[in-house]
Amino acid sequence: MLKRKRWIFAMLAILPTLAIFAYVRMYPIADTLRLSLHKWDILSKKKPFIGLANFQELMGDRLFQEALLNTTIIAFGVLIITIPLAMVIAALIFHRTRSRFAGFYETSVFIPHVVSLVPAAMAWKWIFDARLGPLNAFLGLFGIQPQAWLFDPVLSVVCVIVLCSWQALGYAVLIYIVGFKSLPVSLYEAAKLDGASGPQSFWYLSIPMLKPITLYVSVVTLVSGFNVYAQAFVLASDAQGAPGRQVRVLVLDMLENSFRNYRVGYAASEAVVLLAIVLVLTLVQFTLLRERGARS
Amino acid sequence: MSEAVSDIAVEQAEGARLRFKKRAVDRLIDVVLFLFSILMILPLIFLVSNAFKTPQEMLAWPPTVIPANPTLDNFAAVLGQTPLLQWIANSLMFAGLSTVAILATSAIAGYILGKFQYKTLTVIFALFLATAIVPFEVYMIPLYFQAQSLGILNSTWGLLLGYLVMSFGIFLIRQNVIHSIPDELLEAARIDGAGELWIFWRIVLPLLRGALGALGVLAFFQAWTAFAWPMIVTTTRESYTIEVGLALFQTGFTVDLGRLSAASAAVLVPSVTLFILLRRNFVQGIASTGLKE
Repeated sequence: MLKRKRWIFAMLAILPTLAIFAYVRMYPIADTLRLSLHKWDILSKKKPFIGLANFQELMGDRLFQEALLNTTIIAFGVLIITIPLAMVIAALIFHRTRSRFAGFYETSVFIPHVVSLVPAAMAWKWIFDARLGPLNAFLGLFGIQPQAWLFDPVLSVVCVIVLCSWQALGYAVLIYIVGFKSLPVSLYEAAKLDGASGPQSFWYLSIPMLKPITLYVSVVTLVSGFNVYAQAFVLASDAQGAPGRQVRVLVLDMLENSFRNYRVGYAASEAVVLLAIVLVLTLVQFTLLRERGARS
Repeated sequence: MSEAVSDIAVEQAEGARLRFKKRAVDRLIDVVLFLFSILMILPLIFLVSNAFKTPQEMLAWPPTVIPANPTLDNFAAVLGQTPLLQWIANSLMFAGLSTVAILATSAIAGYILGKFQYKTLTVIFALFLATAIVPFEVYMIPLYFQAQSLGILNSTWGLLLGYLVMSFGIFLIRQNVIHSIPDELLEAARIDGAGELWIFWRIVLPLLRGALGALGVLAFFQAWTAFAWPMIVTTTRESYTIEVGLALFQTGFTVDLGRLSAASAAVLVPSVTLFILLRRNFVQGIASTGLKE
């Protein structure tokens, strides 16, 4: 009797959350998959099933290819900048944990991660501004010609990478600091007795032992890199909002197809591609972690 | 005899030299970290300072950190041109309600999934886990049409629809329940005749205060900084969140950087202050992501 009562309580208590989850997560996810197989346009009445035709069209879509390429470059660019830098900065902050300024270091590195993106992007827009930005003025000191950072198709991708890395770094540093705190102190003392210098124990001890954390942070960074949207939207839309200069990224292309071209089914197939990328990355992470677990 | 003494002297000198070297290295690291920290927040410092500058001073090289003739013109212009306060109010409302919803659903679901062992619950937990992998951007378009059919576009409720639950919140609370609430405590209460609801309300919730605090801060900042979802759900100027409002304001024809900086600073300063005050909560929440398998 009591047991039955407890079961009823558990089910009744979980029900509202489950219902919300079903409505705002599971249903739209399933709907994305369904729409991707349909010619589902807002304007037309008929929304026929067309199999994989949307995906076939994506393969030949110039704008989609550009978006996929840009997004991939941005995601890996952010990864390459963020991971090594975060590891070093975290090691240094961890080394100086007892310093009076440790809190200041941690806070300032982390602030870019929590501030609202749009105001932060405004700051960077000013820095990159071709006419009155300090970056060009600074480079001018070394005799480098001013660059149109936000208008050049290559440089604007670089700008997005810089902005995203600036934001991603704080999170990675924080996770690495937690990682450093969990490493066994005795190992470092033994290494020190054997005459290892600080950089040596960082290279031969910390990096290998932090591998699972590196893997985790890398996947998180890549996944959020593939979902980049706001950064590209704000940074690369110039003051006049001129179209065509924007750094085309996957989410932007998807929203444009859905809300400007009214091709919802087509946009959904792009979402499915994005999902596939994220799933592959997650799978890679789990496989590598499991292999590690099996070996040790 | 004298040889031994000199040995000790040498050793002492060597020790002192090493200590000195270590201290010098530490100082050097401090300098590096200090410069790097400043570099990280420099864009934000300039943003705030630009907000108070005249158009002429904006062009000055090297850029000044403290404006020579501080002016409030930029702020006045922004408040005259945009419903900035309305946008901030919208964001506050949205982020506040989202926090409440996420705390409520995470606390209940986390507790049930952490302390009750039934097959059905295992399945439900697996479902939550599976949806957690899918990025929001993947399914936001169908969700938009759901909001449309409910007739809640351009409203706080429409914004809220995307931010009612947080998979990570449920995992966080579940972990906490498993690690910090002993079964014996709950059993003892049951033997004393306490009802399940009473146990949750009077025993479990108070013990979860720390974890819920951390989650609350995360949830608030998540909604406060949301961009893609508010961008598609709100299309009228009055319903924008501050992020959307600013992003679209900056694409306008007549906008200069001074006014943009003023609007941005008005948003940034309160949220950074709030973050510094709640730093401990925040770090605790973030640090527990993914690391506890």
